[in-house]
Order: sequence, then C-alpha cells, then structure tokens
Amino acid sequence: MMQNTRFLALAAAVFLSAPLTALAAVPEPLVPPHQKWDFDGPFGQFDQKALQRGFMVYDRICSTCHGMKALTYNDLNGIGMSEQAILDLAHSKMIAGPPDVSGQPTSRPGRPDDHFRSPFPSDEAAAAMMGGVAPPDQSRLAVIQPHGADWLYAFLTGYRMPPPADAPVVPGKFYNDWVDGHLIGMPPPLMNGMIQYPDGTPATVEQQARDVTSFLVWAADPHRNARHRTGLWVVLYLIGLLVLAIAWKKKTWKRVKSQ
Amino acid sequence: MKIPENTGDHSANTPPATGLAGWIDQRLPVISAFRAEYVDFRLPRNLNWLWNFGAILTVVLVLMLATGIFLAMNYTATDAGAFLSVEAIDRQLSGGWLLRAMHMTGANLFLAALYIHLFRGLYYGSYKAPREILWLTGLVLLVMVMATAFAGYMLPWGQMSYWGADVITKAVGAVPVIGGALEHIMTGSDHLGDVFLHRFFVLHFLMAFLVVAVVGLHVTAVHISGSNNPLGIEPKSRKDTLTFHPYYTTKDLVGLIIFALIFTALMFFWPNLLAEPANYAPADPMHTPADIEPEWYFLPFYGLLQSVPSKFGGLLAAAGSIVVLFFLPWLDRSSIRSARFRPMCRVGLLGLVVAFVLLAVAGKHHAEGVWMIVARLAGLYYFGYFLVLLPLAARMEKTRPLPSSIAAAEGDA
Repeated sequence: MMQNTRFLALAAAVFLSAPLTALAAVPEPLVPPHQKWDFDGPFGQFDQKALQRGFMVYDRICSTCHGMKALTYNDLNGIGMSEQAILDLAHSKMIAGPPDVSGQPTSRPGRPDDHFRSPFPSDEAAAAMMGGVAPPDQSRLAVIQPHGADWLYAFLTGYRMPPPADAPVVPGKFYNDWVDGHLIGMPPPLMNGMIQYPDGTPATVEQQARDVTSFLVWAADPHRNARHRTGLWVVLYLIGLLVLAIAWKKKTWKRVKSQ
Repeated sequence: MKIPENTGDHSANTPPATGLAGWIDQRLPVISAFRAEYVDFRLPRNLNWLWNFGAILTVVLVLMLATGIFLAMNYTATDAGAFLSVEAIDRQLSGGWLLRAMHMTGANLFLAALYIHLFRGLYYGSYKAPREILWLTGLVLLVMVMATAFAGYMLPWGQMSYWGADVITKAVGAVPVIGGALEHIMTGSDHLGDVFLHRFFVLHFLMAFLVVAVVGLHVTAVHISGSNNPLGIEPKSRKDTLTFHPYYTTKDLVGLIIFALIFTALMFFWPNLLAEPANYAPADPMHTPADIEPEWYFLPFYGLLQSVPSKFGGLLAAAGSIVVLFFLPWLDRSSIRSARFRPMCRVGLLGLVVAFVLLAVAGKHHAEGVWMIVARLAGLYYFGYFLVLLPLAARMEKTRPLPSSIAAAEGDA
C-alpha cells in the first residue's frame, strides 16, 4: 500500500510538474480588425492602380528608412509600370559603384536590373543612425508580420497624437495602438495630402495606408495574380481529366465484375 | 521471379516485339521486362485506394528531382548568398516561383503520402513474411527522405533554417562521448555558416539520387514478393488477381489525378498553409525567434524529443521511434496480416495514429504544460504498442476467421 502511494505520488510529480509553467502564459497578441482586400482569398487579384499608388508611397516615404533589397527595379513590371518608367526610375537612383583608381568611393545611376537601393550602407549603420534598431527590410514584411495586411493597415492608421492621457510619455517614442507596449521609435509616416496621386485619388492617410499595404503584400508575393489565374486553369483541366479517368477506370473494371 | 502465365487478357497475348524493338529486346530485354513487370504483372484483385500511394510517391519523387535540378542551378550555397539566391529564384527567375512552389509543396505532400503509405503497411501487415525486406527498404527510404527534407529545409537559410539547424546540431552534440565530434562533422566549423550550408546542399542533392536507387530496390522487392492486399491472404488462383494494366493503371491514374488536385489547390491557392512565414526572414545568429518549430512532418518526433527531460534521452526517444519499426516483422508474431481480422491490433493501431497526432500537437506546443503530459503518455503508448501490445496480441487476440480466398471474399468463388 505504502509502495503504491509513493509510486502514485512520484507519477503525479512527474506528470504534473510541467503544467504549472503554463499558468505564466504569454498575453494574447492584438488582433487587428479585418479589412476587405481585393487580393484576399484563393482567387484574389491585386488592383494594379492601387499597387502603383502604393509604390509611390513606398518610394517617397517608406524607402527613406526601409530597404527592400530582394526586389529589382525591373520587378515593378509586375505592378504595371512601363519599361521606360522603370528605366527613368532606376536612373534617378544613385547606386554605390566600385572604388575608383585612387580608392575613392564612386556612385553611378541605377539600372533596371539593380536591386532597390538600400537607405543605409549597412544594417549596423542603420541601427547606429536610427536609435539602436535597424528599420526592418520590407521585401517580405507582409508575410512575416502576423495578420499581414490587416496589421499593416491598422498600424499605419493607429498612431494617436496626442497619446491617451494615461500613456507614459517617453521622448523620441510615439504612441501606436498596434505595437507591443504601444510605444515605437518610428514617427507617424503618413499625413493627409502629403503626396499627390497622379490619378487624382485623394491622398488621405487611410488611402495611403491602404495603397502602401497593397504594395507591401504584392512585394512579399509578387506572382499572386499569375498564381491564382494559372491555378484556376490547372484545376479546371485536372477536373476534366479526372472525369475521363474515372470513366476509363469504370469501363475497365466492369470486365472484372462480369467475369 | 514471377513469370506471368498466359492470362486470357488481351495484353498478355501481345506477340514478342519485332523489328528494331525486337532487335534491342534480344540483346537487352528492357521491353519484355517492362511488359512483364508493368503490363502483365499480376496483383491481387482487391487492392483499395490506399494502394495508390506507391505510384503517387514515385511521381512526386520524379517531380522533386526535375524541379530540384533547376533550383540547384540557381542556388548559391553560402551564408551571405543563400537567402537572396532563393529570393531571386522566387522573384526574378522566369517561372522560378512555380518551380519553387512545386518543390515546396512536393516536399510536404511527399512526406504526407509517405506516412499514409507506411500506415497502410502497418494496418494490413505488409511487413510480415515474405515481405520483410520490402518493409526494411521502405524504412531506409523513410530515414533517407527525412534526412533529405531536413537538409533541404536548411537551404533557404531563413530564420527557421538557421535555428532548426541550431537545435538539431546541439541535440546531436548531446550524444555521450562522440557527440562533440558528430556535431563538428555536421557543422564543419565552430559556427553555422558557409561550410555547414555547403555540406547540407551537397547532402540534399546526393541523398535525392540515393533515394532513387533505394526506391529501385524497394520496387524490385515488391515485384518479387507481390503486393499484399486488404485481406492479407496470398492469392491462390488466377481468379484472385488482375493484371497491372489496364486494371491498376487506370485505378492509379484516378488516384494520381485526385492527388494532383489536392497538390495544385494547395500550391496555387493556399501556399501559406504549408510555408512557415518566419523562414522568409533571413538567418540571424544574433536574434533567436520566439518560436522555433520544425515543419509539420517532424512535429511528432519533435514532441518526443521535448517530452524527455534529458537532451540525449529525447534524442534516443525520437530516434527509437523509427528504430523500433525496423524490428516490427519480428515483434509481431501473429500469423494473420490484416488488421481487419485482428480486433485488438485494429483498435491498438487506431490508438497509435491518435498518439502520433497528439505527439505532433504536443510538439507544436513545445511540450509545455498539459502538452508535456500528453506527449509523455502518447510517447509511452507509441512504444507500448510495438513492444508490449503487438507481442501480447499475437498470443491473446481472438482473431476473426479468414476468407478462403480473395475471390471468395469478393463474392466470386
């Protein structure tokens, strides 16, 4: 009996020691409100007009601090930019070239197959200039960030100026509803009418946030339109093939049944 | 070697090849061998849809090689270049996104099909005499495919690649005495960098072709012993069997197309179900991710690894869960193969599947809290099934009567 109790106690200790740690659970991450996006779902498609406006926001504002080094200027073909526009854009960017004969650094105008120019010479330099944390590269940001597009939009429209009365005030930090601890070093990037869209769309903060979010999602998944379109045809083809294959199989196996 | 007799089916009456084909066949009988093994070859007439997975695995393997070769042509196996070379495949290489999507989806569904194939072997007792070697070559393939998949997952050199490598090399380092040496053989230097990546790239590429060689042995073995079937009794007469073509070619075709539909739906419409988002961030040795977890197909073993308090013990449990499968033909002494006629084994196997899934879920939760208990119980059950339940069942189980023949069971005696 004694033995039994001891065994039970031991077993209980082995199996129950772990769950105590579970009580100190991580707080649930904030879930941003769901927005309706054209590119959502298995058949979603990007709206090229929105992508072009979004690129404008990225190019004028975000790219001051955030790199997108996996992309080349040529990739912008995917948002419907013409070859000439891509060439002009690349030319307008000065890219670091090789050192000249006397060892001095040089720069040259960009080419369409150059990768997007990084705003900082290195991650270390970026961290040093931006208060200790390098602004993250945005090539795959929309994939890596939980809740992707919804979070990006919520975050970009989630700054509160002035901050709520009970929020701690830290110099150089800004209040945002959608970051851990509500304080972030990145100042509110968007302002009403800060840029002018060539297509006449009013450039409100919400509109810019929507457009640049679309662009970031595209940058993280640039072949989505083609993927969804091709997928539809492939699936339709396979369904047709399946019908034929089932008919053939049935016809063949009828012989077994009638043997 | 089974030489198919004249079957009465039209295909078996095909005269020997003449002309150029006949000339070749007399010197190297590839044409008649193909006909014997893939046209006239006789299989039990009652194979169900679970027997499609052999053909499915073969096709996915070919797809993996075909896409893998072109991916390798555009890949750079260096610490600094790997991540960006994969980005370039995905973005700038013409059709590269499709190649990579096929390879990634293929890897996931290959493992999924492999687990189903393995389960079918367990359920219908396909590991029993005279198919022990068939079973063993299959398990060798399982181990090789897992190694290949792990090596392949390192190659994009994202955060999960790097920290997955960190976890595994340190786990190997926990082996007593030789652990340090083994770890050094894996990493190649004092940190995970160029040497490690290059080694695993070569390993991934090499293993893929070794897998093809062992598949050759596996398929040869099944053509020597013949396929098992859902009843687990050997065919006794011609009435019990059907020729590979046209019966199982048409059935495999239907299975393959359904599989292809699942494959394409995942690949084109829901790619994020299979991809780990954190691996789209480049490897960063200075920044440990909050959640390090392997791909879903390794989660059961990860659950076992974490359920044991000692690192080496966890490694033993995870490795042991596969090693025990190698002894299965000699652990299960029952003369009856199919679980259809073994009530105890059938329920026990259902429990085994539940335990395997629970281990995976526990692995996903890092075997923390309640999941630690779940993982330990599931792990105990997993080993208990093979080491206790099966040997006992062979003696104690009240089995159901076997039908006299396959044809009789099909109502065609």
